[in-house]
Amino acid sequence: MRVTFTVNGEQREADDVWEGESLLYVLRERLGLPGSKNACEQGECGSCTVYLDDVPVCACLVAAGQVQGREVRTVEGLAGDDEQLDPVQEAFVAAGAVQCGFCTPGLLVAAHDLVRRNNQPSDAEIREALAGNLCRCTGYEKIMDAVRLAAARVTPSTEDSK
Amino acid sequence: MTQRTSARDSVRELSTAVTGGIGESPRRPDGTLKVRGEFAYSSDLWHEDMLWGATLRSPHPHARILSIDLTEALRTPGVYAVLTHEDVPGENIYGLEHPDQPVLAVDRVRYQGESVALVAADHPETARRAVARIKVEYAELPPVTDMVAAAKGEGPPLHPDGNVVRHLKIRRGDPEATADVMVVGEYEIGMQDQAFLGPESGLAVPAEDGGVDLYVATQWLHVDQKQVANALGLPLEKVRLTLAGVGGAFGGREDLSMQVHACMLALHTGKPVKMVYNREESFFGHVHRHPAKLYYEHGATKDGRLVYVRAKIYLDGGAYTSSTPAVVANAATLGVGPYRVDNVAVDCWGVYTNNPPCGAMRGFGAVQAAFGYESQMDKLAERLGMDPVEIRVHNAIAEGDTMPTGQVIDSPAPVAELMRRLRRLPMPPENREEPVDIRDMPGGVSNTTHGEGVVRGVGYAVGIKNICFSEGFDDYSTARLRVQTVGGEPAALVHTAAAEVGQGLVTVKQQVVRSELGIERVTVAPMDTTVGNGGSTSASRQTYVTGGAVRKVCQTVRQRIFELAARKLGHGPDGLELAGGKVVDASGVVLADLVDVLGDDVVEETEVYRHRPTYRVDSETGQGNAHVQYGFAAHRAIVDVDTELGLVKVVQLDCVQDVGKAMNPQAVVGQIHGGSAQGLGLAVMEEIQVVDGKVRNPSFTDYLIPTILDMPPMTVDVLELADPHAPYGLRGVGEPPTISSTPAIVAAIRAATGNALPRVPVRPEHITGT
Ligand code: FES
Ligand code: FES
Repeated sequence: MRVTFTVNGEQREADDVWEGESLLYVLRERLGLPGSKNACEQGECGSCTVYLDDVPVCACLVAAGQVQGREVRTVEGLAGDDEQLDPVQEAFVAAGAVQCGFCTPGLLVAAHDLVRRNNQPSDAEIREALAGNLCRCTGYEKIMDAVRLAAARVTPSTEDSK
Repeated sequence: MTQRTSARDSVRELSTAVTGGIGESPRRPDGTLKVRGEFAYSSDLWHEDMLWGATLRSPHPHARILSIDLTEALRTPGVYAVLTHEDVPGENIYGLEHPDQPVLAVDRVRYQGESVALVAADHPETARRAVARIKVEYAELPPVTDMVAAAKGEGPPLHPDGNVVRHLKIRRGDPEATADVMVVGEYEIGMQDQAFLGPESGLAVPAEDGGVDLYVATQWLHVDQKQVANALGLPLEKVRLTLAGVGGAFGGREDLSMQVHACMLALHTGKPVKMVYNREESFFGHVHRHPAKLYYEHGATKDGRLVYVRAKIYLDGGAYTSSTPAVVANAATLGVGPYRVDNVAVDCWGVYTNNPPCGAMRGFGAVQAAFGYESQMDKLAERLGMDPVEIRVHNAIAEGDTMPTGQVIDSPAPVAELMRRLRRLPMPPENREEPVDIRDMPGGVSNTTHGEGVVRGVGYAVGIKNICFSEGFDDYSTARLRVQTVGGEPAALVHTAAAEVGQGLVTVKQQVVRSELGIERVTVAPMDTTVGNGGSTSASRQTYVTGGAVRKVCQTVRQRIFELAARKLGHGPDGLELAGGKVVDASGVVLADLVDVLGDDVVEETEVYRHRPTYRVDSETGQGNAHVQYGFAAHRAIVDVDTELGLVKVVQLDCVQDVGKAMNPQAVVGQIHGGSAQGLGLAVMEEIQVVDGKVRNPSFTDYLIPTILDMPPMTVDVLELADPHAPYGLRGVGEPPTISSTPAIVAAIRAATGNALPRVPVRPEHITGT
């Protein structure tokens, strides 16, 4: 089948998509967007988190056919058009929240979603928001730091305009 | 980092004329790519016209293969190749140091998940379906699953020399010594998985010269190259490896997974072949942490001084050798922990069984032993009415002391200091704030308690780990460095084969060059086999050994630059220094810009660095200088336990570690956080459940690793007591924090519940006794 949808603001088309293919597979293997990761492909790790119509979802759990005509935003679409890193991306690098980085794309989308809704999240709120994203390297301490740092730098109004 | 202790004078004063050098925490060179989603991990690779490989694995832990029928698989449209052991071009055998594992099984399988056949097809799903159509007829054999029985020589041999991989004895002092008080304990450790997030994967591209280029996530390019070339029947130079992005490793990528398989398929089809395991296959695709059984007897004087330790330690290596001999060495030589003991008798066995193969995982050998000896120290403290910190301080090993192997510790060993500092770190408030936030309770948002039945406990533990490869292994790394003028600026390119797996070695290499040469612009070349062996990214060794190699090549390059300068400036090469892109004399007077000295010249050198030699220990007595360096870390855990439901919430986990020199403080602390988290996982949740040789939980649904809700806040206190034998005085960082975290948490749960808890991971039923 053919699937047509918007990815990071651009209309894209994938041909010869099999019934069983996930959105994650189509992004990674058919559209040249491997930023979203494939750590489990069973909805347990969050490494594949993307926005689907502005709601974070596990791309590995979304059948490709389901995104027909809809809008997807991946880690590759977080930075602005001017190539400036988003404050969340910037904070992850600055805080040392990136080691191997395999969890990072999914965490960035989840954290991005948190701080645009709540730019003063408590620690408990950060933990709750990121509970679906596994990281095996950092023990999460520096991820906490990164989200606190990002929240401090984000003003909700500028985020909404994106 | 809350504390610094100054390095010894013997460490060279480092240049401060450049930013981003040693001791700072500059940004990772791969950080921006990683947050943009543009860093190419091994599973992200793509090639025009590429095929997908898939693996057929044995469903049985032990069986004879009677026949393999490929007909249906070959008939599947879209399939390009179906290969078995008959298609292995070279020797059908591999293994880290002791090759004993077939690339593809011949007539017998020894574990569930052993590779039997391969498929290449134009779509991953086609490849998987074709794999399902291969018909293998097996005759099942009874599996050997009991490690203690295997050590005793019971059961059918799985390999020609029987089922004992290694039996190592440590004998010191009087093995029959007696003491005022004695405590005994039996302990057990479940099988832990590395659970790195990036699945085993890579891309093999056939080359025109009949060779192959392999892009892969691994911990050690050159040892892979050697094994792959041997299995393909190709000379080394025809098997070229490049490190693809690695999504974590923790030991699980030290052995081969898909490397030979992808190359076989690529050479057979003449097309690039990509292989990516899914999570379930990953659980079968790499070795795990050795499960262990430990029997300890500790004797002490009435005032709490250790008199003797006797132990028997069994480690289940599973079906093939992998790193088992080294795991045995660590568990045995470090088996009494960081304590002074005059009389020691330790027997340690590593065995073959039909359980999943076990090999390297962060802290191997030392992790298992520490759960045993630290549980014993607490038992002894309790028996004597002593404080757990006090008994450890009382018996702590120190510089100048002798290990049970006879090796004298010749660099700082601040074990007592670690314990004292740990005790001084702030505690969380004792009284909970009202109203209770259930997210802080055991069970969390499952809303199982608001504090009823919840008891707090505090536990301490300390551990010891050997850093770098031990027992006479020729352990070295190679670094190549090129310095030239690029765009009017001095620039350096540093090239090694040492695998970056997330830990931040790429940053450390840049930092070393900046500090040594005063050149700010340092590029890290891709890691590949066109430069000499970098050794393994394991044993906490890369900053030490590859860092040492980069420092050494910097010194050589610096000398070459001074010779150039001498020629151009008419100044002798002695007494020159490099700082901030300038050549200066001893008093700091600028003599020339480095760019002018370099002109159009390119200075390139390659150096090999070795740490000081080690020696094999005597197999009957365990005596010998087996280790290069020891690393120490200590943890304090504070837990809340719901004693009715058996649920545990780790409230706080604090760590004090000596790192000799914090090369990159942010990365050092990151290693301590991550290592502690893996120790927490082993303490309360992580276990591959194996029943009759079969894995019951190969998924992240059933094999749980700590989430952000499971991890507590940590206070980390880093000491820097220089090791005079090591580059910059540094001490390997990665493994020690994984060792003491587990026993500290279990000690805290014991303190809260009064239960003996002789096994990890601790499960709710161990707490409730139901
Ligand atoms: S890959 Fe989608 S949740 Fe793990
Ligand atoms: S940084 Fe490696 S999994 Fe999070």
